[in-house]
Amino acid sequence: MTRTGRRVSLLDVGLALIVLLIVWQGASWLLDKPILPPPLDVLRAFVLALPQDLGRHLLVSAWRVVVSILVAVAAAVPAGLALGLSPTADRLASPFIYLLYPIPKIVFLPVVILLLGIGNVSKVFIIALILFFQMLVVVRDEAAGIRPELIASVRSLGAGRRAIFRFVYLPASLPAVLTSLRVSIGTAIAVLFFAESFATTSGLGYYIIVETWGRLAYAQMYAGVLAMSLLGLTLYLVVDGLQRRLCPWLTVGGEQ
Amino acid sequence: MNAPMIEVRSLTFAYPHQPPLFADFSWRVEREQAWAVIGPSGCGKSTLLYLLAGLRKPTGGQVRIGGQPLTRPRPHTGLILQDYGLLPWATVAQNVALGLRVRRFYGPDGRHAPEGERLPEEEIARRVDFWMERLGIAALRDQYPAQISGGQRQRTAIARTLAMNPDLLLMDEPFSSLDALTREDLERLTLELRAETGLTTVVVTHNIEEAVYLGRRILILHHPPHRQPFIVENPEAGDPDYRQRSGFQARCNRVRDLLV
Repeated sequence: MTRTGRRVSLLDVGLALIVLLIVWQGASWLLDKPILPPPLDVLRAFVLALPQDLGRHLLVSAWRVVVSILVAVAAAVPAGLALGLSPTADRLASPFIYLLYPIPKIVFLPVVILLLGIGNVSKVFIIALILFFQMLVVVRDEAAGIRPELIASVRSLGAGRRAIFRFVYLPASLPAVLTSLRVSIGTAIAVLFFAESFATTSGLGYYIIVETWGRLAYAQMYAGVLAMSLLGLTLYLVVDGLQRRLCPWLTVGGEQ
Repeated sequence: MNAPMIEVRSLTFAYPHQPPLFADFSWRVEREQAWAVIGPSGCGKSTLLYLLAGLRKPTGGQVRIGGQPLTRPRPHTGLILQDYGLLPWATVAQNVALGLRVRRFYGPDGRHAPEGERLPEEEIARRVDFWMERLGIAALRDQYPAQISGGQRQRTAIARTLAMNPDLLLMDEPFSSLDALTREDLERLTLELRAETGLTTVVVTHNIEEAVYLGRRILILHHPPHRQPFIVENPEAGDPDYRQRSGFQARCNRVRDLLV
């Protein structure tokens, strides 16, 4: 998106990619060291490794992220709506959110690993925890920000609490969830990478740090980095696409 | 049925920690009458409408609609607010259908929806199409509220309300955020719809010309607390060209004098 919100054209993105590749190739020639292989070597390593262990680790990482997202959404939407709708609940929860929200949850990773082990559960838990806090606050604010006149209008149509939930609050929270998700994907991947770089035996973080970097297999390491970048990019585009399809009213222009 | 459409009996109402707006206030509106309610800001006219809509409860006294005491929003009462009340994430057609979908959500339980009303999908589509045509917004059916003008949004809100076949229409400053031409256009439309459907209407407004144009009887609320209704008879209202007639200005001046 440009600053004016216009979609960046595919052509422009393609051109930017080519420029980056040229810069990469140039830097690789200049440096002439194994630690910065040229793009083609990396691409070759990527294609060769994908059907083997790189593909396996990629799937493990992707699985962990997707499950974390689903868990976070399943927890944050009801909780956010509950807080947004009930001033009492909000007043009780606010001090806790005030304390916990600013803490970078990643510092709890050693605790989580100690308590939940080095398998998938601890990874999913920490990522879901981070996403949960992001989404909770946004959903809560969206629900609390719905104008009372809108509620009065829908109530006058005969809607009681259940119908207002079904027809107003639930659909109102969808763009909030998707936006906060889109914004948090980068963080989620970063946390996953960090969580996978120690005390584990699978995942792209493990592949990059232990299996390739640790063995000085630089082209393969770059392939791993490429895979992780593609994972983040794909997730971002999927969420962005979902938002475009499910929330078309956010991107339509019009007079006020 | 001889019961009045609206009967306000000894109504007392005050917001918490505020001086009372209504003190032992009684008022009647018979079926098919056209009323306007006018008064200065803060006089409680919107509050009165919310009380009639069942969105607020009196602190004393009773509101009866159609002979029944009012405890919650009544299925056959339609409410149009100044702010259109449209769902921003729904298209025009979906917004017009909203009231009917809410009814179907509950089923004909007599509380949220009228008893005995069947609403299969074809019936909903039929009513939505009919009222979008009548209000002149059928071409906008797939647009979102952000894409259409204020007048078109208000038409959508009106279509949504009329699709539910109300017998009482309550309007709270429905056209005050629109430009003068759109406002007069919608006022004229209101007269047409009233003539076509025999609705009882109560329009709250702060605009004297609008009150005189729309209200065959005008309830004037001075400063609270309101005890006795002060009513101006305005039998010429209902004529779409009333604005151009000689008596119009005179009536407006009379109302203006009474408001001061």
